[in-house]
Amino acid sequence: MLSVSAPSLSVVTLPAPAKPLVSPAPGPAADEGLARRLRALACTAPLHDLDVRKANLAGEYGVYAMAEVALAAIDLVTLNMDFDTGADHEQIVARLLPRVAAQAPGRPAAEHERVARWVLENLINVGSVDRGFRAIYGTFGPDGVYVRRDYDFKLIEEVPGYGGAVYLRTTDEAVNVLVGALDTDVTSAQIAAEVKLEVLISRGRLADAQLAAEQARYRTVQYAETLRRTLDATRRNVRAVDWLEAVPDMIAEALEHVADRYRHENAILTNIRKARDEAEDLDNKRRAAELVDIVKDCIRRHTQLQSRLLDAGPLFRAEQDRQAFAAPAPRSGIDLYGQLIAPVLPLPLEQATRVTDAFFARGTGLRTPVSVRVADLVEILLTPPVEREHLGVEMPEPDLIATPDDSRFSEEQLAAAMVLLDLPHDAPRRLSGLLAEARRSDPELPYLVALLAVHAASPAVGTAYRQGEERLLFAVDDGTELDDPEFGGADLIVGTALLDAAAMTAARTEPS
Amino acid sequence: MSDHHAEAPARGEPDAAQGPAPAPGGAAVTPADAADAARLVAFGLQPKLLPARDAEYAELLRRYREEPAFGRLADAVATGLGLVVLEVSPRAGMAVAADEDSVFAVRMGDYARRTAADGGDRFLHGLAHLAVAALAFPRPEDLADDGYIGRITVNGVDSFVRQTCRRLEERAEELGENTDPASDAPGLEAAWRVYARRSATGATKDARRLAGSTTGIVGKAAAFLTESGFLQRTGDDSGGTYRTTPRYQLQVRDMAGSAAMAELLELGVVPVSDGSATLLPPPEGDDLELAADAGLPFHA
Repeated sequence: MLSVSAPSLSVVTLPAPAKPLVSPAPGPAADEGLARRLRALACTAPLHDLDVRKANLAGEYGVYAMAEVALAAIDLVTLNMDFDTGADHEQIVARLLPRVAAQAPGRPAAEHERVARWVLENLINVGSVDRGFRAIYGTFGPDGVYVRRDYDFKLIEEVPGYGGAVYLRTTDEAVNVLVGALDTDVTSAQIAAEVKLEVLISRGRLADAQLAAEQARYRTVQYAETLRRTLDATRRNVRAVDWLEAVPDMIAEALEHVADRYRHENAILTNIRKARDEAEDLDNKRRAAELVDIVKDCIRRHTQLQSRLLDAGPLFRAEQDRQAFAAPAPRSGIDLYGQLIAPVLPLPLEQATRVTDAFFARGTGLRTPVSVRVADLVEILLTPPVEREHLGVEMPEPDLIATPDDSRFSEEQLAAAMVLLDLPHDAPRRLSGLLAEARRSDPELPYLVALLAVHAASPAVGTAYRQGEERLLFAVDDGTELDDPEFGGADLIVGTALLDAAAMTAARTEPS
Repeated sequence: MSDHHAEAPARGEPDAAQGPAPAPGGAAVTPADAADAARLVAFGLQPKLLPARDAEYAELLRRYREEPAFGRLADAVATGLGLVVLEVSPRAGMAVAADEDSVFAVRMGDYARRTAADGGDRFLHGLAHLAVAALAFPRPEDLADDGYIGRITVNGVDSFVRQTCRRLEERAEELGENTDPASDAPGLEAAWRVYARRSATGATKDARRLAGSTTGIVGKAAAFLTESGFLQRTGDDSGGTYRTTPRYQLQVRDMAGSAAMAELLELGVVPVSDGSATLLPPPEGDDLELAADAGLPFHA
């Protein structure tokens, strides 16, 4: 009812601002909420913008739903960013490709890749120096003056990783846009998601459970990120932080949380495994299996978090030793952080620059100015460049030793056995007959044939299926005993089965 | 030359200097002494040169410390060139710093070209130098202690400043401030925002560091300080690891720190300095292991 009356109300109020011009500014309090929503709205703009700008690309790109690809990219980066680094650029592109290809199956793969890269680069906004986005919005200040403001944000940011590599992380803005949970408490939201999941599973509604589990994983990632930052702050301040109570409390709390989540998720895991094994419906079975993977991933992330937490203690103690138990210095120095950086950063840019300039002018050292004599210059310019030695030292000839061939059977024997076992599919044979025939040509050959026949008793159907083979050797025991001078056991029936390769290929491609 | 000889001792402590000076040298200051003094200053202008590696340098340092007249002569040569003598010792060598308008001074415009046009870039480059110093000497005690060697990593410095900016952002959010600057007054934007919105890194076509990113700017600062003989590169981890030299400590302690502080006071900002107990996070940098592979400055 309320939702019905709301629009009509707004219709009534719309013309109203025209009349009471007396109070044009609704006040800062009302504007604050508006500003927050405007910023949230701005975060989605780059996605819409992609679909608008695709028309400007050279070529016909109208078929691609760019916003969809962009959201998928943000999903992928969020799910693939590890606690330590972030998601790999190439990996994200590779994982985006199936979706892009599905949107325009007829187009060449190179174009699909170009689209994926274009979307990802635009989400990073490679073109701008900040590699971010800026939206402009207006608010009324406390004094009723209308001010236009810049809102800067990023969706995917590039962070340094091991060995100078660059990784991708989604920003909070992106996670919020994606999950749609603005301003929610991470902890409680996670608990809520997990309780929901448990209920869904106990009632057997796996389709919904899958969705909830994925959301739970987003929360887990978000939570790990929040904890990482808290941990960052505490590991830094040995003296400013209360090591007696606050820090151990915080770590204990976090560890307890991890243990709690771990218990919880293990319980869920057991439940889903049961659901997976008991499920009759194939679709449900597959969903449950995917769910198991997601929860396993959650557990992995928590374990990672836990090991970080355990490392914090020893680090604190080492820092404590270094800093607190040293002999006091004879003179005092400036606290560069506390007395310079901390006061400078909140200053307006203009004033802050004066301070940093002063530091720069005195703190960079000196450079001896270059003075060039014309005579030297001429000589330098006329000197021929030194030829580089591109090739290194000569490679020593490797000393190779032939290893003796210790195979039991030779290549010829294998070929002969394969000829013998190349049976027509409608005429299987007894093992005894095959052995006798083999023995006639070579006394060693029966051993190889027997070996191959025993192997065929449990044929690798799965492998043959995956490799798309058309025939498969099999052996069946029908209870007849083998009558042979050298071998004992069952007289297997050895035959060839035909596999429908074409149908198999079709079946393989269909589900994925 | 005779001018110098006549003037230099007269300026300092005339009686004490004239007394012992003739004793070792046997005579007043000669042109040869002046050449030696200038040579010592020239050694000081090569900041990467270590006295321990050069016998002549070490000998001239010994003379400076043992013959007051020679010492004053060298000081005078340095002053004439627009240099400030910070310390003369076997560990730091002849540590001289450039006066503000000396030909040896480094100018921001020569340092980075974009800084002339872009106020934000100018600030970022200056801040990078300040942050490198702050991480190299996280506590006042470290800056005061002659034996202290600071260790920094490029990524570590970046995530340290980023963290501080993030805290300021959180605080502004708590207070409900709208920190988005007015579009027509970019100079009034809070300084931390300029750093926060610049990206930390970025992929480039030739796999080098993106010059405009904050790690690029900090990396440039570290490389420049290495050229100045203030840092020594020790490894490639975390965007480059460095350790400080005694000269850097002197430069920051006696020149840069106080100059910046004076400027800050002139702006009417009085930083609180109530000793050590309530120090805000100077040993910052321990967070770095978590943020990418920043590495710990103190345990590396």
